[in-house]
Amino acid sequence: MKKLPLYPSEPVQTGESRRGFLKMMAQAAGITLLASCDAETRERFFQQNFRELSPAQLRRAIARMERDYKDQYGADVRVGAEPAIDGVIFAYALDLSRCIGCRRCVHACVWENNLSRDPEIHYITVLEMEKRHGVDLHHADAYYEADQVPREGHFYFPVACQQCDHSPCEKVCPVGATWKEPDGVVVIDYDWCIGCRYCMAACPYGARHFNWATPTIPKGELNPDTHILGNRPRPKGVVEKCHFCLQRTRNGRYPACLEVCPVGARKFGNLLDPDSEIRQVIDTKRIFVFKEELDTQPKFFYFYEA
Amino acid sequence: MRRFMRFVGASLWVSVRGRPAYYAWLGFLLVLVAIGVHAYAEQYEYGLITTSMRDPVSWGFYIGNFTFLVGVAAAAVVLVIPAYLYHWKPIKEIALIGELLAIAAIIMCIMFVTVDVGSPLRVWHMVPFFGSPNFPRSLLAWDVVVLSGYLGLNVLIATHILFRSYQNRHYSKRFAVPLIMASIPAAVAIHTVTAFLFSGLPARSYWNAAILAPRFLTSAFCSGPAIILVLLQILRRTTRLKVADEALFKIAELMAYAMFINLFLFGAEIFRDYYSATHHVMHYEFLFGRGNYGDSSIAPYAWFALFASITAFLLFLIPKTRKNLITLNIGAVLIYAGVYIEKGVALVIPGFAPSTLGEIYEYAPSSIELRVSMGIFAFGAILFTLMVNVATAFLFKNPELQDNHDSDEVVGPGSRGG
Repeated sequence: MKKLPLYPSEPVQTGESRRGFLKMMAQAAGITLLASCDAETRERFFQQNFRELSPAQLRRAIARMERDYKDQYGADVRVGAEPAIDGVIFAYALDLSRCIGCRRCVHACVWENNLSRDPEIHYITVLEMEKRHGVDLHHADAYYEADQVPREGHFYFPVACQQCDHSPCEKVCPVGATWKEPDGVVVIDYDWCIGCRYCMAACPYGARHFNWATPTIPKGELNPDTHILGNRPRPKGVVEKCHFCLQRTRNGRYPACLEVCPVGARKFGNLLDPDSEIRQVIDTKRIFVFKEELDTQPKFFYFYEA
Repeated sequence: MRRFMRFVGASLWVSVRGRPAYYAWLGFLLVLVAIGVHAYAEQYEYGLITTSMRDPVSWGFYIGNFTFLVGVAAAAVVLVIPAYLYHWKPIKEIALIGELLAIAAIIMCIMFVTVDVGSPLRVWHMVPFFGSPNFPRSLLAWDVVVLSGYLGLNVLIATHILFRSYQNRHYSKRFAVPLIMASIPAAVAIHTVTAFLFSGLPARSYWNAAILAPRFLTSAFCSGPAIILVLLQILRRTTRLKVADEALFKIAELMAYAMFINLFLFGAEIFRDYYSATHHVMHYEFLFGRGNYGDSSIAPYAWFALFASITAFLLFLIPKTRKNLITLNIGAVLIYAGVYIEKGVALVIPGFAPSTLGEIYEYAPSSIELRVSMGIFAFGAILFTLMVNVATAFLFKNPELQDNHDSDEVVGPGSRGG
């Protein structure tokens, strides 16, 4: 299996020496406390915030993860740590006049991103809305059951993480376990999140999901191609959400939801590239963002073809 | 230092001594704690799936209790102001009781937050130097700072006063008064920061109101003293603590004013939402089971809380019912119930219902949530009982505990320094 070079996406300065010293003392105290545990347990427990990991620490953490997943799922999982590509800011656009509400994107996402089957987690919520009311959450149904879609008089409004530039989730996280990457994707360090769910209260889009129990993925169904900030299997008690399929998009592929869409309602690309499809949409269509009044500045745009 | 160790030893010894009823009470609480620990073990093993919280309502009973207890902790210290600064004698012992209550309440707060997080072994990530607290951006990081600061202040003040009375000395003014002064803004700070935790979320229009922090403070100034009113009557029967009726009536009068402001602010908010009649009113409709939300399961609680608060306000406003211990106690219980529902249910749940995508998830705490919460309240009660037992023993000169060898100033119980 090909090993990719590993870099922390944002090397962090160690800061003043006083802080470093205190931190060292604190850790020394903690290590003494846990002297009875084996080295691996200690390292697991004291693993730092992703953004503070040295390249060596990151390599060790990834090796540990791959070992764990092998034990748990019996699969050779690749945990990549590809950093954001220079000159790229990802953005998404969705054509509401094309979407038929088939929810194929929802399920492609579940398989691609190793989402828990039980309890069920979906990154994408498709809202069925009434044409006569327009985009109105008072007349939206996330649990519609239809023999055939689209249903008469309805249109469909898929919602996932809007990858906000002013992300309320990032602002409220008490431990800095969620942040915006240089390519604009808001990610979560699943090993640092304490599971307080403040971000879920802060998110205006219901995009963040909590692992209320240990997530279950049937053994043969694990997607072994993962990213450390993306679709690697999560533990219980942490928050997760859409990350624009980092394991794909940082390697030049489209997100899974886009590839599966049977009507081509989904567009994705580099916001900084004037020739990208996403820029074409923004330049030629009348676009809008969801809950504009909150000024979250999403990188997820909605538009109508007609 | 040696003397302080002796004080600690004496405190521990005194705290576990009492009449059979005292042991029965502690034993009863220990059983409740054991039930809570057992329930938490199950929650820890299987995760928060054992609670009724789910993605649409991601905070519930635990955070409601946390919010309520922050109020109790803040308000307990309000009684300190007249006691220490104006030397208003009847309230002096009451103030110490208030500080001990604040300590117990803050510890319960910390426990409620801890049982609410999904990965409790990682809470050290919030601690400065160990982890990476998102300070000053995250209000939750602020809350950690102000709550631990407030806890430290109260522990310091209460320990100082008790240590000094153990030595038959008056507390040091130079040491205690600045700390007491600091504890007053700190009390306001813990409740303000906790209110900002909610009101700083534009995603939740129900909480995103400037009036939330003032409402938190006024409701806390009702519920904290309500607990103290009842506790004092229990303590003056079970311990040598002397509390004049006059002090109780004074507290009740202050509570009447606080409840008036609380109801007024609530009315102001209701007016804004209903008269404007925008979509924002949906959370109040859900709370009171009106409009499209006729089957809201929390509506009976909301109506009861409103009824309880108004009734208690009237009972405390009218001098005749305020100065009657029976109606006074009814009022105190009603206020406690009213504010408990207001903070525990009416604040948290409608913030999530309807959710940000318009979904209604009917939340009611699971058996695990109820048992864990009961265990935490029982633990707080044990802590408070032990501390009060020590405090009354030292304040009222248990003859077995005389330690006069080097006291420079011998003062009687409850007397004040020059």
